[in-house]
Amino acid sequence: MKKRKGNMPAVTAHVLLMILALFCVLPIALLMISSLSDNDTVFRSGYSFLPGKWSLDAYKYLITQGETIFRAYGISIFVTVTGTAAGLLFTALFGYALSRRELPGRRVMNFFVFFTLLFNGGMVPTYLMYVNTFHIKNTLWALLIPTNILINGFNILLARTFFEANVPRELIESGKIDGAGEFPVFFRIVMPISKPILATVGLLIGIGYWNDWYNGLLYITQPKLFSLQNYLNRILLDIQFMTQSMSGNVDAASALAKMPTITVRMAIAVTGIVPLIVIFPFFQKYFARGITVGAIKG
Amino acid sequence: MKRKGRTIKKLLPLYIMALPGLLYLFINNYLPLSGLVVAFKNFDYAKGIYHSDWIGFKNFEFLFKNSAAVVITRNTILYNLAFIAINTVTGIVVAILLNEVTSRKALKFYQTVILLPYLFSMIIISYLVFSFLSTDVGFLNKSILEPLGKAPVSWYNEAKYWPAILPVVNTWKSFGFQAIIFYASVISIDQSYYEAAQLDGAGKLQQIFYITLSFLKPVVIMMTLLAVGKIFYSDFGLFYQVTQNSGAIFSTTNTIDTYVYRALTQMGDVGMAAAAGVYQSAVGFLLVLAVNMAVRKISPENALF
Repeated sequence: MKKRKGNMPAVTAHVLLMILALFCVLPIALLMISSLSDNDTVFRSGYSFLPGKWSLDAYKYLITQGETIFRAYGISIFVTVTGTAAGLLFTALFGYALSRRELPGRRVMNFFVFFTLLFNGGMVPTYLMYVNTFHIKNTLWALLIPTNILINGFNILLARTFFEANVPRELIESGKIDGAGEFPVFFRIVMPISKPILATVGLLIGIGYWNDWYNGLLYITQPKLFSLQNYLNRILLDIQFMTQSMSGNVDAASALAKMPTITVRMAIAVTGIVPLIVIFPFFQKYFARGITVGAIKG
Repeated sequence: MKRKGRTIKKLLPLYIMALPGLLYLFINNYLPLSGLVVAFKNFDYAKGIYHSDWIGFKNFEFLFKNSAAVVITRNTILYNLAFIAINTVTGIVVAILLNEVTSRKALKFYQTVILLPYLFSMIIISYLVFSFLSTDVGFLNKSILEPLGKAPVSWYNEAKYWPAILPVVNTWKSFGFQAIIFYASVISIDQSYYEAAQLDGAGKLQQIFYITLSFLKPVVIMMTLLAVGKIFYSDFGLFYQVTQNSGAIFSTTNTIDTYVYRALTQMGDVGMAAAAGVYQSAVGFLLVLAVNMAVRKISPENALF
């Protein structure tokens, strides 16, 4: 009797958390099930958790007609890989320099970084600068550079805090006694012992790039430069665009008739989230650490 | 003096390490600040920001004469207040629930699942919302309203539903994130407090109320103040993408951020867009200063600057 009473809070917690987990998962499930449903059935009875008829048509169509999608996928992968590699390197280097207490001007640089978190010029001046001064409209740079995905103050401060707490001075000194310069010390001694922060920051930057649609919305108008997110963005509002871009011919009406439009859209969206769902369980620990340290430290 | 010069030379590699980051932040975050002057100009693409003619506060006059100014300010603030309240309460409740789970495997499972929505882009979330709200094939109309014999609702054209829809979507996306932050504080509470309370005969709810909540108080206050500092900013994706930029529902979905974007790209009114942006930045900055003063009073070690 006493034991059961002791378990009550835990049981209640499990029940409530399972309900919340369902709340999180159900919309994702509806998306996935929709992409695996028969197009005509969905047309008649709507997106449903229990479709009358299952079908792989949407994915078959994607594989055979999906040149535009593959291109968008390729752009997203390229931007994510390049951007994450560069961003992680620059963030770690900057954070490390700021963690070195003997560096003159460190306080000023810290404030320089911190201020970017409080105040910025906003959409209009930033847009005008990138478009009129740097001419990045409709270039791949537009997907890589603006909006602080590459380097942001939050990640820099996160990295700095980690290096301050976890890289002992003596280790750096001993590296230098052996005659190594600052760069070799950083790459050969500091980086290998800093894997947790590199994983955290890399994950934050990587998710940022993979999910970004804002840069594309502002700076990309040519469909051939669309990332997966921008492509998805476009076809949610404009299904004609999908049939035209996929069939590549003028006869969009007949293509529309053949194409499982209602389910294909969902299938494309699924391809956008599968990579995240697959890798996330392995990185969840780093992600959770990143957001908790960051949020509490401000 | 000479010695200082030598130190700097010796530390030169560290400055080189900082350089790409410094340069990036300078260009992306500082350079546009000078462009804020465009709010006080009659912007002409041919002349560029700096050579367009000055017109003083005309852009601001236009902005505030427009009834949209009131609507976007109201929407931005009210939605933020709702989000802060809901996220704080759900975050605390879920953090406390997580704390009751002892199995490591179960804990990891719950944490992963509730963080999952936070990983998705607003575009993907727009798809999820669309699968429920689509007029023709949406789950709500087809699988719930139709079997009940009710007429389908044109969700994307009915402004009155969105003050309920948007908080649900926002909560779905962010409650896990909020919970994980609070949970980090909950697990740092010394177990001996609970043991002592148990010895004194305190029940579970009493323990939660007197120990957990009182330890969470500083984090909750901090997070709330930070959110209040951002009350003039809205999640552009939530209000622009999830609503599918539908004009019929602007009265309950237009915020300062979506207004700036539309003024810039759809109305082509750069001056007014910039004025709205400056209004947002200026008030936002004052709020951050005010919040920081408040934090300094409550817990100086958490002050931002």
